[in-house]
Amino acid sequence: MIPALTIILCFQLAGEIASRGLDLPLPGPVMGLVLLVGACMLRPRLADMLRPVTKSVLANLSLFFVPAGVGVIAHLPVLSQHGVGLALAVSVSTVLAIGAGALTFTAIARLTGSRDD
Amino acid sequence: MTDAALIWSYLSSQPLLWLTATLAAYWAGDAVFRASGRRSIANPVLIAVVILGSVLWISGTSYQTYFEGAQFVHFMLGPATVCLGLPLYDNLSRIKRAALPVAAALLVGSVVAVLSALAIGRAFGLDQVLLASLAPKSTTAPVAIGIAERIGGQPTLAAVLVLLTGIFGAIVATPLLNALRVTDWRARGFAVGVAAHGIGTARAFQVNETAGAFAGIGMGLNAVLTAIIAPLVLGLFS
Repeated sequence: MIPALTIILCFQLAGEIASRGLDLPLPGPVMGLVLLVGACMLRPRLADMLRPVTKSVLANLSLFFVPAGVGVIAHLPVLSQHGVGLALAVSVSTVLAIGAGALTFTAIARLTGSRDD
Repeated sequence: MTDAALIWSYLSSQPLLWLTATLAAYWAGDAVFRASGRRSIANPVLIAVVILGSVLWISGTSYQTYFEGAQFVHFMLGPATVCLGLPLYDNLSRIKRAALPVAAALLVGSVVAVLSALAIGRAFGLDQVLLASLAPKSTTAPVAIGIAERIGGQPTLAAVLVLLTGIFGAIVATPLLNALRVTDWRARGFAVGVAAHGIGTARAFQVNETAGAFAGIGMGLNAVLTAIIAPLVLGLFS
């Protein structure tokens, strides 16, 4: 577990350095993700080694959002003042984006004959 | 024997208490979620946030104090984002086979999310700072914070809007996609990942492995695309 965790943190570190050093629009962890995919393509054994730890981290992905979510209480004044506008903006746009994205995917998949085999 | 008030004042200023409370609240949320038969309305993050918010409010604890302990959990968002690279790698050949639908759904989902949110926000008279905090709401929290900072939004408010979007998306996705009769797990997962980032992805993994993998891909790709389009779309509303 420790070797895998160390490697994952090193990718995040490298991503952070690349993101800030090269002034990229992508935040460090996302650069780390991109670098990890590239490294696994070059060395497939790296993916086998990391897989057990990444699986257990991703199985608990929801947990990591809790502290930021509790931040709602720090923003209650703004949220209550603009509650209706923000609630509608968040909810309606999310419904539209999920619907439009899924229907676009199925339409283009049908047009191009892309199937998942 | 030491006064209970003294023990409380010590514990409430230390990371241990709020770290434990965060894990316990999530445990409780997850237990309710399982007991409900994994119904999307019983979202574990939402339940944990309600429990912790109530506890902080009743005990008069500030968010800053709480975060001293909770930051260890919050920190894991970064490594977890890196970990999403693995399902992405494992599904590379499937993504290549679906390259066109993936590209089209990404573009449509991402633009619709930002454009409709800002249009509704503007209609309700939200100011420029609020709109800039709202624009990256469909991307994963660490990315949204970075984007909001860059385009003149408020980072912590952006994080909260990201959370609300994710929870709402995770709750609404299954009934919405059933109503639209979308049966392709790739399409279902991908759209949820694009619109509702990590919380949507976590939800997709609970429903179906393929949906989860494609949700992770949608989230990763949208993090890149929103960083580019959010400033452009925001420019239309200023």
